[in-house]
Amino acid sequence: MRRTVTFRLVVDPVRCDGFGHCAELAPELVTLDEWGYPVMQAEAFPQSDRELHRSAQLAVRGCPRQALALQKIISA
Amino acid sequence: MTLELTTRRVLANHLDHPKNLAEHESDFGPINRLAITIDVLRESGITGRGGAAFPTAKKVEFLLQQRRATRYVVVNAMEGEPAAHKDRMLLATNPHLVLDGAMVLANLLNADSVIICIAREHVTTITQVKAAIAQRGAKRLQGPSFEVQTPPGRYVAGEESALVHWLNSNETLPQYRATRPSILQIGRGGVLLDNAETHANVGLIARHGAEWFRSVGTAARPGTTVTSVTGNGKALVVEVPYGTPIRSILSDAGIEYEPRALLLGGYGGTWLDGKHLDVGFDDDSLRPFSAGTGAGVIMALPHASCGVAECARIVDYMACESARQCGPCAFGLPAMADDLNALASGRGATQSLSRLLHLSEVIEGRGACRHPDGVIRFVRTALSVFAEDFNHHAAGHPCPFARGPRISYIPHQSDVKDLEWE
Repeated sequence: MRRTVTFRLVVDPVRCDGFGHCAELAPELVTLDEWGYPVMQAEAFPQSDRELHRSAQLAVRGCPRQALALQKIISA
Repeated sequence: MTLELTTRRVLANHLDHPKNLAEHESDFGPINRLAITIDVLRESGITGRGGAAFPTAKKVEFLLQQRRATRYVVVNAMEGEPAAHKDRMLLATNPHLVLDGAMVLANLLNADSVIICIAREHVTTITQVKAAIAQRGAKRLQGPSFEVQTPPGRYVAGEESALVHWLNSNETLPQYRATRPSILQIGRGGVLLDNAETHANVGLIARHGAEWFRSVGTAARPGTTVTSVTGNGKALVVEVPYGTPIRSILSDAGIEYEPRALLLGGYGGTWLDGKHLDVGFDDDSLRPFSAGTGAGVIMALPHASCGVAECARIVDYMACESARQCGPCAFGLPAMADDLNALASGRGATQSLSRLLHLSEVIEGRGACRHPDGVIRFVRTALSVFAEDFNHHAAGHPCPFARGPRISYIPHQSDVKDLEWE
């Protein structure tokens, strides 16, 4: 049985103040709504996608409110 | 009148004063030695009465699995929903039944305190509950201590994470929970939080057992629901088994007219077309109509009223009640309210319909709590139930009732622009 590991970028909406850095650092994963708050891509991306993983990490580190987290999803 | 249909389990028959302990014990039996086991609770199949319909036994089991030195039982009687008044009615007639349920759950969990949360605006209820607690104190019972807490009565104040946060740090703000089921705690102690009506039912299950409890209601939702019915200036509370046709609930409550539509569950609930009056009032029967029972609220909208205008008014209120923590809720709900107000007046509303649909897509699921999702559910079902009216309004032809009186009750908000959050 192989477990598949995927990742998803999640935002704490209470912390988020709509700086919008995440949309610049990870444009593949984040779009902004009309008020400048991030809309996260709903579907998780595979571990193999190093490029996406890298920009997600940049977004997490670049958030001035530290509102982002990279969520690891393990499914059997 | 068909009063026989009403099944009074947790609501008392005489409604003039709260039962004192002596009356309570002569009606329901003594309160010492009252206890419940987790098996009885599980067999009873009781679900939460606050709106989410989560199985109470699962909550208790979840808490029993955690190793905790201290545990708390919280009775949620905040009732921030303006269309609901059942918890107040319950505590004004049978306060001891609620306390019994909280007591047996506290004993089951080995919790040493029970906290009853009542909005500070509900002064009468606070007095009644404090009196009931004092009567029990005189009996020197074994078991948990009781205390009353009075957070401010805002709409989201009764949301579980907001309520527990208030008990911890005096702020009625919903909290972001990354994982579910979320763990509620006061200090480092685990918290069991249930609606007051749920506690009252547990008080009865402890006496009569699981089988008795399941004898009315549906298989998925056994027991009765204490339902707040409003319409045409009347506000009543009736207790009926789950699955009772909506038509008989309305006639029980003395609403004689055929409604245009029904608002079910509350201001974050769902609209149902008035022609579905024979549907049972339980979540399984209502699901095909994408409606639900929510916190047990039925508002009957008469034909001589404007659904669009009522929606605008309610969403306006809900937008003001946002805790303004999350961007999508703080900005999205007022934007929806603006569009609905434009539609209600019929001026400059050509884009409003499509904008409303777009906004519901954008905002959904992006708040820390379910407040924005409730509004979206409300708006979506309104758009399908009042589809024709919405189209007329959007075309600049509002119905004649759009300027008439409203039937939905909105609590007084003294200064909307500068709402105080504690």
